[in-house]
Amino acid sequence: MAYKNYILVCGGTACESSKSEEIYKNLIAEAKALGVEDQVQVVLTGCFGFCEQGPIVKVLPEDSFYVQVKPEDAKEIIEEHVIKGREVKRLLYIKEERKPYEEVEDIQFYNKQLRIVLRNCGVIDPENINEYIARDGYKALEKVLFEMKPDDVIEEVKTAGLRGRGGAGFPTWMKWNFSKVAEGDVKYVVCNADEGDPGAYMDRSTLEGDPHSILEAMTICGYTIGAHQGYIYIRAEYPLAIHRLEVAMKQSREYGFLGKDILGSGFDFNIEIRLGAGAFVCGEETALLQSIEGHRGMPQPRPPFPAVKGLWGKPTVINNVETWANVPVIINKGGKWFSEIGTQDSHGTKVFALTGKIKNSGLVEVPMGTTLREIVYDIGGGIANGKRFKAVQTGGPSGGVITEENLDTPIDFGGLQRIGSMMGSGGMIVMDEDDCIVDVAKFYLNFTVDESCGKCAPCRIGGKKLMNLLEKITDGKGTEDDIAQIKKVALAMQKGSLCALGQTAPNPVLSSLRYFPEEYEAHIKEKRCPSGKCKKLIRYEINQDKCIGCTACARKCPVGAISGEVKHPHKINQEVCIKCGVCKQTCRFSAVEIK
Amino acid sequence: MPKLTRQELDKIRAREEEKLKKRDIHGKTTHVVVGMGTQGISAGAKNVLNALSDEIEKAGLENVILTQTGLIVSDKAPVVEVFSPEKGLVVYGNVSVKDAQRIVKEHLLENKILEDKRIQVEE
Repeated sequence: MAYKNYILVCGGTACESSKSEEIYKNLIAEAKALGVEDQVQVVLTGCFGFCEQGPIVKVLPEDSFYVQVKPEDAKEIIEEHVIKGREVKRLLYIKEERKPYEEVEDIQFYNKQLRIVLRNCGVIDPENINEYIARDGYKALEKVLFEMKPDDVIEEVKTAGLRGRGGAGFPTWMKWNFSKVAEGDVKYVVCNADEGDPGAYMDRSTLEGDPHSILEAMTICGYTIGAHQGYIYIRAEYPLAIHRLEVAMKQSREYGFLGKDILGSGFDFNIEIRLGAGAFVCGEETALLQSIEGHRGMPQPRPPFPAVKGLWGKPTVINNVETWANVPVIINKGGKWFSEIGTQDSHGTKVFALTGKIKNSGLVEVPMGTTLREIVYDIGGGIANGKRFKAVQTGGPSGGVITEENLDTPIDFGGLQRIGSMMGSGGMIVMDEDDCIVDVAKFYLNFTVDESCGKCAPCRIGGKKLMNLLEKITDGKGTEDDIAQIKKVALAMQKGSLCALGQTAPNPVLSSLRYFPEEYEAHIKEKRCPSGKCKKLIRYEINQDKCIGCTACARKCPVGAISGEVKHPHKINQEVCIKCGVCKQTCRFSAVEIK
Repeated sequence: MPKLTRQELDKIRAREEEKLKKRDIHGKTTHVVVGMGTQGISAGAKNVLNALSDEIEKAGLENVILTQTGLIVSDKAPVVEVFSPEKGLVVYGNVSVKDAQRIVKEHLLENKILEDKRIQVEE
């Protein structure tokens, strides 16, 4: 008998951490217990992207979109939905009644998205090679091996106008061509999966949801440049992605998509995984190659570029996960098709990890040229808890802030650069009025200072210097000279650092200084933090008129700084107070105020 | 010798596409819905559903989605609704397994409404 229902359970890391694997197992067990295991197929897929509402369970053909499902809901889904045909209303994302034959009302989160990189995420079982094959998997490899010459492949990628998705946006075809024409009988293909920006998880989700697409793309590149060995460099802290990659590689070898004489073409290619320890600098290509070779991950001067002299001194193409994921689609649908998506300077789509103070945090893929306003408000649903929008940080610790006035800038490589930020790998952190911009800049700088490898002085010493200046300002000891000093140190870092980590480290400080000068001034001149974040610049006080003496705050205060009699206004002892803010959160009468 | 030839890959792809297509609900225009309320089930809706599923599979109808729903209010259970672009919404009552086979043959394949089984359902 044919299956009547298909249940897709999100198996991305986010949903898995809320027990989606248990949901998956329970669904199978319940279906068995109730005797309908031959009527329903349960599939563990990659990330659906709607992480805010996870774990996600989708039931077909009704297209019922269940959110925040718990393992114990499995029985009800099988009993009610599969056996009796009644949707489990309380778990539905859109609860409005609809006729079964009416189109499912579109979920706004997905409306403006276009999924090319994430085409298979949330659709197929990433641990089943057959499902990948059914979705045109390994078709591009077949086409390349039998119908295209290496130059044709480069021409197709050139027509597509694919640019590196790791951040810098270098034209992919040029990299491939450099390696192709470079002399040498041994060449390498490398996948950079060392994703490390705070809040970014695009690459992880792609690998978890569609690992075969990366293997296929790397093999295509190997054929194009004449390489027979590939490496995937991935951080050890992505265990699920590593596991799915290992399963995919095993299946791929069994089918003969990796190994000797692929599909009878005579072309040999193999891929190995190299685990990184999670140093941010290893995302920098020359440091990454050092790490693969077994050395300490430190950047090397460029040129020579890896495309000419890379791994063990051999020509090496190194691309980011998202870049690779685009390649099979470009080969299948043609470079022209791809080039018609997006803007003039950036073609295709971009995946963003939308996080921070946003209603619908999650993974979104949009055509290049989509505005930030569309991402934040239409897809992201706006700012959480009714607060006011302040800024978005793109490009992680190498990027900058984008403010309200630039919300309508189309997002592409050039557009973001013009407003002082950068595309970066795709982390997008939304800030609201409660975030202090100096504090945020300090957070990112702290990250890069921590992650600096220490090889070159401008990054090692400059970063620390900048950090000291920012700390001085948030401590209320800043002077007006400090701003000039920040700009001076930043310039030295940009000009003198060996790799992009140091060159871009001052960006968050410079861009916040450019868009929020008044906030820096408030800290320096008025010794005041407008958002009430910088502890040394604020005081918690109890409004004597509003306080009814309920003692709730006094009981919660971890250091016993609040005193007063029951039913009489209380007071905070400023000498003892550690400014943790618990009293403000506890008070039901808004009597605790930040001064 | 390669592990897998192009011909073998073609075969695998054709087989797997067929399997995955069943999961895909995009581009399917005709919906067949079986009312699975308590009265529906007690009147044999489950058998009707199975018969419809088997017949649709046998006929190789790729643009049809078969779903269940809760109660369709009617005293003529089991109730089957067919929604197609050609004929719009048609509701059948007192559907038996035999009728289910007729629905697939006549309505879905030949585009003819089974007037003798048609009922009016109040909204």
